[in-house]
Amino acid sequence: MDLRDLYQDIVLDHGRHPRNFRVLTDANHLAHGHNPLCGDKVTVFLRLDGDRIADVSFEGKGCAISTASASLMTEIVLGKTLAEASTLFGHFHDTVTKGDGAELPPDLAEDGERLQPLAGVKAYPARVKCATLAWHTLDAAVKGGGLSAPVKTE
Amino acid sequence: MNLLLKERATPAAAPAFDPEELRQQFPIFARNPGLVFLDTAASAQKPVAVIDGLAEFYRGDYANVHRGVYRLSARSTQRYEAARETVARFLNAAASEIVFVRGATEGINLVAQSWGPAFLKPGDQVLVSELEHHSNIVPWQMLRQRLGIELVVVPIDATGGLDMVAFARLLGPRTRLVAVTHVANVSGCVVPVVDIVRLAHEAGARVLLDGCQAVPRLPVDVRALGCDFYVFSGHKCYGPTGIGALYAREGLLDAMPPWQGGGDMIRTVCFEETTYQDGPQRFEAGTPDISGAIGLALALDFMTGLGGDAIRDHEADLTRYAEAMLGDVPGVSLVGAGDERLGAVSFLVDGIHPHDLATIFDQYDVAVRAGHHCAQPLMDRLGLPATTRASFGVYSTRADVDALVAAVRAAQKLFGC
Repeated sequence: MDLRDLYQDIVLDHGRHPRNFRVLTDANHLAHGHNPLCGDKVTVFLRLDGDRIADVSFEGKGCAISTASASLMTEIVLGKTLAEASTLFGHFHDTVTKGDGAELPPDLAEDGERLQPLAGVKAYPARVKCATLAWHTLDAAVKGGGLSAPVKTE
Repeated sequence: MNLLLKERATPAAAPAFDPEELRQQFPIFARNPGLVFLDTAASAQKPVAVIDGLAEFYRGDYANVHRGVYRLSARSTQRYEAARETVARFLNAAASEIVFVRGATEGINLVAQSWGPAFLKPGDQVLVSELEHHSNIVPWQMLRQRLGIELVVVPIDATGGLDMVAFARLLGPRTRLVAVTHVANVSGCVVPVVDIVRLAHEAGARVLLDGCQAVPRLPVDVRALGCDFYVFSGHKCYGPTGIGALYAREGLLDAMPPWQGGGDMIRTVCFEETTYQDGPQRFEAGTPDISGAIGLALALDFMTGLGGDAIRDHEADLTRYAEAMLGDVPGVSLVGAGDERLGAVSFLVDGIHPHDLATIFDQYDVAVRAGHHCAQPLMDRLGLPATTRASFGVYSTRADVDALVAAVRAAQKLFGC
């Protein structure tokens, strides 16, 4: 197994320099995610405009995988509808657990490609939760409305 | 407060036994060539003496204990009770002071649930420390919920050791029990338990010591320590999982009510009234982990064969070596362990999360623990979500430490730091 399959340059870059890493002061949805196994913590902030993600950001402490995943996620779901974000989450989840996500509609195919650098996680079952924490937290922020209970991946 | 110290140490003299040779007695290494096992603090590998000794017991001497009149049962009972004597001898205790339990966790829960309600009242205080494993925190929180006692936490100082000044200050007339670790599982900090026992006893409090990380690493003499309760787990000292022991100073067990009911712990049972056994049997309801106890005794005999002082010297040597070698790597800092660190080194690498480190190490066959080590309050205190911990056993070598350091450098290269 080549570690470079897991730690691709784009993953390392997003891990070191996460995008949208800030508190969103005008957020109208947020959720806290926590992986008690490793202590990773993430907060996802959302500003929803109807069913569209008008702005998104995150904060927290985590490993390179969880930070890169959160960073990529915020870039990709910005401007998407909730339904599109949910489709991308399902696709991503399948990618890191089964190695292959279901085929995406043409307008989301490019976003699916942008998540591919994290596909290497599939070979490391202990790290799947790192990769999916931010997405689970995004899901909770959408469903939980305002201040919701912490999301746990354990 | 800076709890992350850069350390330099001089490697000590070579140990009294050859760990390289000793590895021959641990089949795991032959089956997993190249394995660099640095997670003994989580659970130790097993020597042939334990693996084969257990199989032999099942083949030749196995039957239920304390029941049968036939000779085979008598022989099994004799082995089981001899195992209790082995544990007692190992700790310099009497067999009547040793209860077999599933592990240190169950031992602490036994004390909390039996001794607790019998001797504590609302407002009484139990002192624990910031160094504790969850197993020496949660049982007391459950007791707090049940009895209305108070849980007082002794902080660590700037070096990562237990703050003895704060300890002396927090000890008071309402302190009924001090429950602390002997050697901390995260940092390897050796706690000055002799001083703690003396101060606690002067204040009229009982002392429970969690010996999980101490028993595998240094000679433990409960008489010399003077503690009231001592617990440890067999699987961390080369024995099977599912077995451990609780030492309770003479007289304490007889004054404690049973905590689980069933067979073997009773003297007479009728539907109106039941009378209980004295001493250890009172706390061993049901068919015990017979083979576990025998496996534990085999493991302790194995350790006795190596010698407690030799094991300690070996662990100290590797610890000093790891401190020096890791300390030489730019970007690596060690989690402070007070005046003495033994058998485990927790460290951080700038720019690389412990979980990423552990994944990378695994590709180099280096097995370490990464995470909060079941000590979340300590992690919060240190302001860290996680650490990476390397820990040693009798089969660990300097070459293992070298492999660890090489893996750290490889991780730094991969991450470009």
